[in-house]
Amino acid sequence: MDHLDELEAQSIYILREAFARLKKLALLWSLGKDSNVMIWLARKAFFGRVPFPALHVDTGKKFPEMYAFRDRFGKEWDLDLRVEPCPPIDSVDPTLPPAARSAARKTEGLKLALVKHGFDGLIAGIRRDEEATRAKERVFSPRGLEGEWDVRDQPPEFWDHFNASPPQGAHLRIHPILHWTEADIWAYTKRENIPIIPLYLTKDGKRYRSLGDSDITFPVASTASNIDEILTELDGTKVPERAGRALDHETEDAFERLRVAGYL
Amino acid sequence: MNMILPTASISATPNGTTRPQVRIVIVGHVDHGKSTLVGRLLHETGSLPDGKLEMLKAVSARRGMPFEWSFLLDALQTERDQGITIDTTQIRFRTRSRDVVLIDAPGHAEFLRNMITGASQADGAVLIIDALEGVRDQTRRHGYLLHLLGVKQVAVVVNKMDRVDFSAVRFKEISDEISAHLIGLGVTPSTVIPISARDGDGVAEHTPRIAWYTGPSVVEALDALEPARPLAQLPLRLPVQAIYKFDDRRIVAGRIESGSLKAGDEIVIMPTGKIAKIKTVESWPATPVNGPQGAGRSVGITLDRELFLERGDIIGHPGQSPRDTRRIRARIFWLHDKPLTKGEQILIRLGTKESRATVVAIEKAIDPGALSNEENAAIARNHVGEIDISLAQPVATDPYTENPRTGRLVIEVNGRIAGGGLVLSVDAGRPAVPVDIVPVESALRLDERSARYHHNGAVVWLTGLPGSGKSTLARALERRLFGNGGSPILLDGDTLRAGLNGDLGFSPEDRAENIRRLAEVATHLARNGHIAIVAAVSPSAADRAAARRIADSAFREIYIATPAEVCETRDPKGHYAKARAGALQGFTGIGNDYQPPTGNELTIDTSNRSVADATEEIERMLARTGILFDELSDLAANI
Repeated sequence: MDHLDELEAQSIYILREAFARLKKLALLWSLGKDSNVMIWLARKAFFGRVPFPALHVDTGKKFPEMYAFRDRFGKEWDLDLRVEPCPPIDSVDPTLPPAARSAARKTEGLKLALVKHGFDGLIAGIRRDEEATRAKERVFSPRGLEGEWDVRDQPPEFWDHFNASPPQGAHLRIHPILHWTEADIWAYTKRENIPIIPLYLTKDGKRYRSLGDSDITFPVASTASNIDEILTELDGTKVPERAGRALDHETEDAFERLRVAGYL
Repeated sequence: MNMILPTASISATPNGTTRPQVRIVIVGHVDHGKSTLVGRLLHETGSLPDGKLEMLKAVSARRGMPFEWSFLLDALQTERDQGITIDTTQIRFRTRSRDVVLIDAPGHAEFLRNMITGASQADGAVLIIDALEGVRDQTRRHGYLLHLLGVKQVAVVVNKMDRVDFSAVRFKEISDEISAHLIGLGVTPSTVIPISARDGDGVAEHTPRIAWYTGPSVVEALDALEPARPLAQLPLRLPVQAIYKFDDRRIVAGRIESGSLKAGDEIVIMPTGKIAKIKTVESWPATPVNGPQGAGRSVGITLDRELFLERGDIIGHPGQSPRDTRRIRARIFWLHDKPLTKGEQILIRLGTKESRATVVAIEKAIDPGALSNEENAAIARNHVGEIDISLAQPVATDPYTENPRTGRLVIEVNGRIAGGGLVLSVDAGRPAVPVDIVPVESALRLDERSARYHHNGAVVWLTGLPGSGKSTLARALERRLFGNGGSPILLDGDTLRAGLNGDLGFSPEDRAENIRRLAEVATHLARNGHIAIVAAVSPSAADRAAARRIADSAFREIYIATPAEVCETRDPKGHYAKARAGALQGFTGIGNDYQPPTGNELTIDTSNRSVADATEEIERMLARTGILFDELSDLAANI
């Protein structure tokens, strides 16, 4: 087994545990490189079929290329696609800085979708190497009744035994690719030939490393025109992956506040 | 200060498809400098993102605090506010030869659960000790937990050497103390290194201030730690995660914890002991896959026959299967606020199996942080102990010395993991401990029943080899007694194995439990005036003696002494043929010894007499021993 085989086997194990232990799961499909890998892993885990809905919590502000990707591969991959809109900006905590406040619409949209569908488990494609508070996450991460994350009281989790009993009305976040890195995602995408959104590749000397809402996400300087070149670029870079995500950088704790409130 | 920077020659593929990746946890007492060491390592290896150091310096300045390396890892606002690590975090960097995932664990006793969460994922550990403070309670506790978590590679660093003027004498004192402690736990430290994480001495290079030290730097020591390898050499263990029927395939899914498997392999499913063959190894997008699948793989297999198996079963190869047991001795650590006490009801998770369980004994309870160990009746939070657990269902497991993956368990309380530990040994299937049982007596009196049935209650126990004629005689006796107005009830061993005893296999422990349950059910019927006719091989004299103790004066043992050759010729269920072909392990008749009874009420050889004749003899014995009333015999004679 090589490194990618090990990552894959672990993710499949986590997905199968989630499916065995929770009643009503959904996979959060943000259309980005990470959640596409996650869908691929789910198809591997369940022999070609994703046995739970793929939920796209739609801010309405994604790039057109992302919507085109969703509409095409939602069908090609035979997904049970559920698109849920986010509420308007007025309903979001006004004390957050502007970009974070904009992103927090997604948290609100997520809460509405949870109430509407009654999911007790949401599978999310976050990774530890992306961001410092995500590095402190559990694989099975309990959320409170309001979707909030109590970082001061995370349950112990070891030996691939997961806490899978959310209190009535609360839900769990399940993170099957928490242990992957950005480079792992690209190396696996290449090996498995998983389709990607072209925004990740260079155009006019720039490309997106991370995709979010079009008004608060910015490209980075890059000449990488294929996955091999992305991998070479990542090998030398010291620029963080989410440098182009405005919401992370407005204040010292903006992203932590988002996450504690239930953001991914 | 030399910087070890990643260069293009190290690896063309980032985060290593070829470079080994090793996960290392930094543990030790609070404030001994774990996060500082991690921050320093990142800096020394050129692993910090651009702007990160400047940002943290700015943050420190804004708060009016001196810059702390630990701010790199303590990502949570509350952690930075309080200057302590609350939860574990992971961060990556590279050395010359490998990719390192550093796991920074909290040192505060309050957050031991988070330290365990971090350390359980590690291939190796760095235990850090403050040169001034020396070995403290969390140092010892973390050392003990590394042993319990199975982390065998441990490097020790003695930090803050600048605070003891880089004294070689002080270093040796601490080195000797911690080495003795760890070796006592069966963990031999790979090295002990004097450092100053704040200033950089000993982290990536030797400095004149520690000129007396000739061993490796921290970076060199990390390079020497090896990634944990999958347990390819051990026998196959495939815990079943689920059975999928998405299409016409019935796929048994799970991750191979040790050994390997391939299509065509004969397998045994524990704890039931059922045998099958692997038909295919399924995959996606291409399927099926050929060739062996090794430890660490998540696989799906189909079997050559439809049989009942479920999540929590473990698949192995015949002759090398895990044990089945209802009783486990475990060495555990306890994290719950409420101490673990004898008699407590808990939930055990062993691999993918969950079972309710009772703590039947607490053999040891110690505080691994304290120097003197106190024996206690309960295991307090953050303490460790050895306990005996009685499980409500049989489980498949291994002692951890034989298989570290399947020989470990976690304990859940109220849906949350509350502890975990190692399976030290497994024991014969002893009964679960009854709790709060209040038996309800029947509304009818025995004499009311016997007046109607014309007999007293009894347990008529037919024992003998398979094919000896037990079932045939039992059925004939049942018909006869019923025809006479009585209330006979047949309890056939095989029939009960399909339901009540469906969880039992054929190990000596399970056979004993099978007999015990038969005897209990039969005795209950007898006490309510019925004649329970038990037809069971029941080869063990000790098991039958136990049944007699349960049924007491109602017990009538009949040995069906048909010679073995005759039984094998009859072979009504085809068992002898299978056993001769080697397909039936533990079959009584050709493999296990049958222990004929002594002191039984009756012996019948069915090879030389008719069923009717034999049945009559049983009836006469029952009449003679006070079960059937005379007037009933008279009545029967007049019909």
